[in-house]
Amino acid sequence: MPFQIVLNIIIAVMWMFLSETYNFSTFAVGYILGIFLLFIMRRFVKRPFYLNRVWKVSLLILLFIRELIMSSIDIVEFVYKKELDNRPGIFALPLEVKSDWEVTLLANLISLTPGTLSLAVSDNHDVLYIHAMDIPDIESSISDIKDTFEKAIMEVTR
Amino acid sequence: MNGTIINLLIDILIIFFLLSGTFFVFSGALGVVRFKNVYLRLHAATKSSTLGVAGLMLGAFLFMLNEHGIVSGKLLLGILFVLITAPVSAHMIGRAAYKSGIPLSEEAVQDDYKETFEE
Repeated sequence: MPFQIVLNIIIAVMWMFLSETYNFSTFAVGYILGIFLLFIMRRFVKRPFYLNRVWKVSLLILLFIRELIMSSIDIVEFVYKKELDNRPGIFALPLEVKSDWEVTLLANLISLTPGTLSLAVSDNHDVLYIHAMDIPDIESSISDIKDTFEKAIMEVTR
Repeated sequence: MNGTIINLLIDILIIFFLLSGTFFVFSGALGVVRFKNVYLRLHAATKSSTLGVAGLMLGAFLFMLNEHGIVSGKLLLGILFVLITAPVSAHMIGRAAYKSGIPLSEEAVQDDYKETFEE
């Protein structure tokens, strides 16, 4: 993937030299041309086309923003409730992702999902301890975390 | 004629961003006051205020762009840094609170983290 990006930048610089205008907009045009060329040539390069991964990263960012908005609305509902009858607690979530980078990303994402706050990671990176605002209706967000976040992160990093 | 309508729409968008940002920051502050212990307060302090600050900064960005023609990259970077740092600080505060022995509230129904200290 780094090789393809370098190739793309080289194509953009070559485009700048060819058209003899050295500014950002020419570079951008050259970069888009480079993407187009790499897209045509993608079968001859062994690694998968790098924009696939860029696409998945942007999907992850969109997911992040959506979850942030949902959880804020959730919290606001809690704040304006007449009596606070939620039952908090800490539950353990077994992790599939292993590397530091993935665990950090997942913990940050969980902190911004409705009603959950990542509290600690076990020493061997196996379990994530999550504080939940309301344990009884947390089942759906566990499956949410498992199915959407972990999958999305694994698609980006692997 | 055309330009004024677009300006009006952008103004409405700016007002929307600023008002919703203020609302979320206010609700977050109210939550910090109302909730019972550290962990619940952290919930209020991270989520809604992150979104609120993001909304305020986006509104300010649009205002600067529309009114003065300034593309203020600092505001966008501010959103990014708040998004990265708020959950990390909440995580650290929560962990530190648990390790220094602050109990969960009385209604707590489950505590899986305690078991790791008993071994």
